[in-house]
Amino acid sequence: MSSFFAMGGYAAYVWPAYGVAAAVLIGVWIASVRGLRARESEIEAVEAERPRRERR
Amino acid sequence: MHRYANPARFQRLSRAVFPWSAGLTVLFLGLGLWFALFDSPPDYQQGETVRIMYIHVPAAWMALFSYTCVAVASAVLLVWKHPLAELAARAMAPVGASFTAVCLITGSLWGEPMWGTWWVWDARLTSVLVLFFLYLGYIALANAFDDPTRGGRAAAILALVGVVNVPIIKFSVDWWNTLHQPASVMRLGGPSIDPSMLRPLLLMALGFTFYFFTVTLIRIRAEILARRLRALQFAQGAAEPSGIRQVSA
Repeated sequence: MSSFFAMGGYAAYVWPAYGVAAAVLIGVWIASVRGLRARESEIEAVEAERPRRERR
Repeated sequence: MHRYANPARFQRLSRAVFPWSAGLTVLFLGLGLWFALFDSPPDYQQGETVRIMYIHVPAAWMALFSYTCVAVASAVLLVWKHPLAELAARAMAPVGASFTAVCLITGSLWGEPMWGTWWVWDARLTSVLVLFFLYLGYIALANAFDDPTRGGRAAAILALVGVVNVPIIKFSVDWWNTLHQPASVMRLGGPSIDPSMLRPLLLMALGFTFYFFTVTLIRIRAEILARRLRALQFAQGAAEPSGIRQVSA
């Protein structure tokens, strides 16, 4: 088990590589979802204020 | 293609496709990581550092693929003025830039123990760094204008000018003497890499591809809403000329 984490002595290179990839890819996914949620609530707020007669 | 120019139709389609795309992302990344970390051998020369390849190479493939997609969307925008093309290109650029960054960083982490250096200005590394700057330039230019359609068009031109870098990156290891090794997968005569290593490589590549597709769907939906919001705010600003309404960019 500890030999798995040691990665043949290259742990200092292998694990940061996987860590950076995970951080970036998960981060972009989360940022994208949060951006979508923010746009959705902004749209709701603006459409709620619109005069009702404009409903097509 | 123009059927999906209707944003409402696109939203419905993307909502239907999204769970499958997300599920396939998790499936292929899970399988890929299993084989990459557990069920594949160390390299006879590079030892366990070869496992960095299972992140680095798929990220590089995605960096090139994403840029090509941005360029194609840009061409569609400029030639056919397809309304969703600009939004798609804007959505994909940051994801492509992220893959490029992951490729560069994991490449450095692989290069230090194997080559003895974090960086070298050879043709492959330099042209991928240029790709990264092209992505950043695209994003900056697209957001630099008050009118987003002008920004989208300007950025589209940049994307098309920069697309020549994609074959340069691909063939850099053939055209120049590079420290970076030549191709072992996408080459005439087929892959020279062992199947036990090709399997995690292709699984991770599939996982990254579905990831790209899934995140792009999320981002395009956000871009559609942002554009609609801007139009609504503009219309409200025009309808209430006496009001002190700020139109946010």
